Amino acid sequence: MTASALTFQLLNGATFAALLFVVASGFTLVFGLMRIVNLAHGALYLLGGYLGFTAILATGNFPAALIAAFGATAVLGFLTDYFLLRFVKGNTLSQVLLTLGLALALGDLGLVIWGGDPLTVPVPDLLRGPLRLGALAYPRYRLFVLLVGTLLFVALWLLLNRTRLGALIRAGVDDGEMVDALGIDITRVFRWTFMLGASLAGLGGTLGGAFLTLYPGADGEILVFSLAVVIIGGLGSLTGAAVGSLLVGYLATFGQVLFPELAYFVIFGPMAVLLAFRPMGLFGRAQ
Amino acid sequence: MKRLIAWAAAAALICAMPLCISGYYVNLLTEVAIYAVLAMTIDLLAGYAGRTPLGHGALFGIGAYFAGYTVAVRQGGVLEAVLLGIGAAMAVSLLFALLAIRTSGVSFLLLTLAQGMIVWGVCVRWTSVTGAENGIRGIARPAPVADPIRFYYLAVLVASLAAWALWRFVNSPFGLTLRGIRESETRMRTLGYNVPLHLTIGFVVSGTFAGLAGTLYAFFNTFVSPTNVALATSVKGLLMAIIGGVGTLFGSFVGAAVVILLENFVSVFTDRWPTVLGMIFVATMLFAREGILGKARLLWARSPRLTHKGDQE
Repeated sequence: MTASALTFQLLNGATFAALLFVVASGFTLVFGLMRIVNLAHGALYLLGGYLGFTAILATGNFPAALIAAFGATAVLGFLTDYFLLRFVKGNTLSQVLLTLGLALALGDLGLVIWGGDPLTVPVPDLLRGPLRLGALAYPRYRLFVLLVGTLLFVALWLLLNRTRLGALIRAGVDDGEMVDALGIDITRVFRWTFMLGASLAGLGGTLGGAFLTLYPGADGEILVFSLAVVIIGGLGSLTGAAVGSLLVGYLATFGQVLFPELAYFVIFGPMAVLLAFRPMGLFGRAQ
Repeated sequence: MKRLIAWAAAAALICAMPLCISGYYVNLLTEVAIYAVLAMTIDLLAGYAGRTPLGHGALFGIGAYFAGYTVAVRQGGVLEAVLLGIGAAMAVSLLFALLAIRTSGVSFLLLTLAQGMIVWGVCVRWTSVTGAENGIRGIARPAPVADPIRFYYLAVLVASLAAWALWRFVNSPFGLTLRGIRESETRMRTLGYNVPLHLTIGFVVSGTFAGLAGTLYAFFNTFVSPTNVALATSVKGLLMAIIGGVGTLFGSFVGAAVVILLENFVSVFTDRWPTVLGMIFVATMLFAREGILGKARLLWARSPRLTHKGDQE
């Protein structure tokens, strides 16, 4: 591999990792606070992407599409939490299986509305084409995704560590009942967190839909990548999600280049080895 | 004695079934018998070891792929295919078990889900062997059971033997130890039981029988594709176990019948089976977590007649 090809793949790994972080951070946030593993997260990613696609066709405005996808999946998250998850509170396994059922139904809904052909979210002219970095030309859009992922990490870190909501979330992770006893409506904090988590999946769908394409089955694939990220990084940890995204992003990118037929093994082999030594992941806490 | 008569009546009914229904329904019932075995293997882990797996579709699929590949591509014998199918599922489940048994609850569910997805990924990408999306076609049934009705009897026989074996397994001292682990891992460890070893053996037994079901399925369907390995198969199996009632083992037959018959009934009217399956899942979690049999039993117990009787006591 030449130096420029290597740089190219290094950037590919980083940009894929950034997308994974956008999706997996929502997943890990919801788990960290509510102990809910939202298996509908992949379906929310796909629906968010489809909605962003439709929004961009309707308005022709890329930021508007991102906001539409973010908002629409937040609403979906609210509906899920308010009408379904509320009734199985406290039973972790029921929650997981409920979101699994929801994932099947939502994925099928996407197939009904948007059909089975792969769709690509169109990007604005500003982000189209390559950017010249010395001898190397790299797609601008992927660099944009890298930027969004990095900014999101900073924003989420600030939200969790520097704001009142963040303090409530962290307190809720440690002892939800105690927060409730202090006179804070923890249910509302949960609901906001769940909506934020869902909307990050939708945002990821629109971002990813522009370079990974959207098709039935993409929901399952991104879900598995997110699972790998959070299993490696440790469920519920933001730093874990970032480190896990980088690891999975690079493993997936180089795995596909070096061993195309066994790409899946390249991602999950190291994950399996890691789990044998640290079942709670790199940054996870023992439960 | 009463129980013996009930069993004999059930057996007679099952044997007489193909004589009074059309070939289409005979095939459906064969499918029910095969999936019931898969559901029982899931119930073995979920109900008796307290660990809900979401990757058993992959073990089922491994059995199906190995058997199918042996017969259709390598032109091997039936016995070889069956042994390879079951053996491969056994080997893979041992590997899976070693990674997964240290976790429990949701972590176990996610880990087995990821394991299942790896197998699916290999089936889709490893084109030269698995034929990717095209799958493996032309898996010839052995001549003595080529006829659908004979295959039905074979499936029922295998399912009954599997049910009997698993029943003996969960009610053996070993099975009781598994239930002890489900109730309290710490207690069993303190009592001197080797918890990881018990769980590993439980997982491997479960996976081996899932492979048996898959092998049978390969010959039933004469065609294997990544769909058989996909998450949807694991989900379907788990739903059957849950509907039948987790921890009842034989409830799996009821669960399998409900899901398979419903799938075929719904497919007559609409292509939206995944939506319906998802909705059933959501509804089951909201309203009948103890499964249909369990719920029916609860409702029965709550019925006015019985409550009245209870008042008098």
